[in-house]
Amino acid sequence: MSQRAAGGSGSILARFRLRERIRDRDQAVYGILIIAAVLFPLVTIYATDGTALVSQATRAGYFVLLAIGLNVVVGFAGLLDLGYAAFFAIGAYTYALLASPQLASSPAHHAVHLPFWLMLFVAMFVAAAAGAILGFPTLRLRGDYLAIVTLGFGEIVPQLFYNFDQWTGGINAVGIIDQPVLPAWIQGPWSGDGPVQIVRSFNFGGDPVAFYVLICILIAAAVILVSNLYRSRLGRAWMAIREDEVAAAAMGINTVTTKLLAFGIGASFSGFAGAYYAADVSLVSPDSFLFIVSITVLVMVVLGGMGNISGVIVGALVLYYVVFYLIPGLPENVTNLANSIGLSSETTHSLADATQHLNYIIYGAILVAMMLLRPQGLLPSRIREQELKHAAVQEEEAAVEMEHAT
Amino acid sequence: MSQQPAPADNILELTDLTKRFGGLVAVDNVSLNIKRGEVFALIGPNGAGKTTLFNNVTGLFQPTSGRVVFDGRDITGFKPHQVARWGIARTFQNIRLFDYMTCLDNVRVGRHVRMKAKVWDSLLKLPRERREEERVTEEAMEFLRFVGIAKHANQYARNLAYGQQRRLEIARALATEPKLLLLDEPAAGFTPQEKVELMQLVKKILTRGITVFLIEHDMKVVMGISERIVVLDHGEKIAEGPPDEVRKDVRVIEAYLGKSA
Repeated sequence: MSQRAAGGSGSILARFRLRERIRDRDQAVYGILIIAAVLFPLVTIYATDGTALVSQATRAGYFVLLAIGLNVVVGFAGLLDLGYAAFFAIGAYTYALLASPQLASSPAHHAVHLPFWLMLFVAMFVAAAAGAILGFPTLRLRGDYLAIVTLGFGEIVPQLFYNFDQWTGGINAVGIIDQPVLPAWIQGPWSGDGPVQIVRSFNFGGDPVAFYVLICILIAAAVILVSNLYRSRLGRAWMAIREDEVAAAAMGINTVTTKLLAFGIGASFSGFAGAYYAADVSLVSPDSFLFIVSITVLVMVVLGGMGNISGVIVGALVLYYVVFYLIPGLPENVTNLANSIGLSSETTHSLADATQHLNYIIYGAILVAMMLLRPQGLLPSRIREQELKHAAVQEEEAAVEMEHAT
Repeated sequence: MSQQPAPADNILELTDLTKRFGGLVAVDNVSLNIKRGEVFALIGPNGAGKTTLFNNVTGLFQPTSGRVVFDGRDITGFKPHQVARWGIARTFQNIRLFDYMTCLDNVRVGRHVRMKAKVWDSLLKLPRERREEERVTEEAMEFLRFVGIAKHANQYARNLAYGQQRRLEIARALATEPKLLLLDEPAAGFTPQEKVELMQLVKKILTRGITVFLIEHDMKVVMGISERIVVLDHGEKIAEGPPDEVRKDVRVIEAYLGKSA
């Protein structure tokens, strides 16, 4: 951001190199992530002779997208949003309703099948609009109050989809959702099973690899767009509001519209992820968007390093692994371990049972341990790091400042 | 709006400005005119309502009654960001910087109102956004040089020394290209040397054609740079005039200077 243009005098250049190092860490993380993203399907398909792991990675992918979006709201603008899954639900239902037979059995009596690529943007727009509608009356609230309003919103939205069952199918969920279809020029003669095949047939109908590639592209696009925003007039305005709202307003920043933008842009990523999710899973039910989803994504953001995009991605991946692999897999692993050290089958059973019951306690303990060991997150933004470093001396210095000021 | 156009030589006119907080009258029927290009000081004992008056001018508070006319425009009751856009910038009594942003970014936030980039420009990093960013970075550096802290450009604001923080706050305010600059106790906590430097800085600001309206406790600073002074006590205006006259005013001596004289 600053360094490219500000490299005027020598002392700035000295700082400049420091800033470059900071950037390098992010670049290194991105590099590793890209390589891992490319190797992952190759290795797992070769090793397991199946694509189950690839579709799991795809699931992790939309949590990454969600975390990137929530990071705009929580990390950049400092607005605590506890109902983020609501926008995810809105995006998912937008696609599900407009690209499935669902509306045929609704009062509209006519199924709609809009193309996925268009619906990605429609879902984005609808979710952003929902964010703006929620934000407009509530963003005058601060801190805890805003959190509670968003919490309420997050509870209401799945209930709406549940109760408007004429349209949404309610508890029966929306199924048979259309798969994305690639435009003809991508599926040209050089792809598929033809004689001049260069690229393998890229068919979304039940091919997890296609979805995997798509989510990687979506994540990459999201990272680029959000990084651009972060280093812009708007990104600075968000930070300013987070740091001191009164001073930001005195500098001419319209705090209400700026916060509204954070909310809307954050929501749009969620809507995006939602449409993608609906296409991938092909089944959307209100149960998929409960409070636990909002909280999981929030934990991903905090754990990864609030405000830092690469950190948030790593946080999302790590937590996804913990929540969806480590914890559910524990009883089995415990059983295996118990067997291998030769415990009786009764003890083995009771051990496995115990781990099963203690699932959430273990999960909680892992979270507590992670936050105690790295309160700033796995890959914190420099700002967060500074904040925590200073937190200890803050009170003391504030007292000194007060003395000066009076 | 039915107000008559302000005479061109007044940049700010307060007419019967009153601010009540419940039963407490913080600013009581104050009228004053500030001429374009002067240094105007507002003094008074603690709790006299000086900062409240600033807050009413900058839109942080809504006046209970009365009018604020800035540069011929009635700005009573407008929001702080609108007031800033029209050309009033301020600093705060208890420095309010963006602590965990660099000095450069603090000043670039000040440039916010004079920038044009829209969300789409930034999202897609269009060439015109890139050019504007580069230009604004240069301008921000210029403001940092102006107040003399350019070498700290990439430090976090909170890591600056106290005096430098005050300077940074002034740079940030200047970056909004104000016509009127409100300084709320700019010399508080300064050493005598720093006070002299501050007075030099204020004079430098005047040469940019900016009117300065300041609250200050330090009489040397007030008497040294301001052309006219208004004294507030319990929210009421008790005296107005050039420093020498105000210094001799009996009510002022009673209310304020009396303690030290």
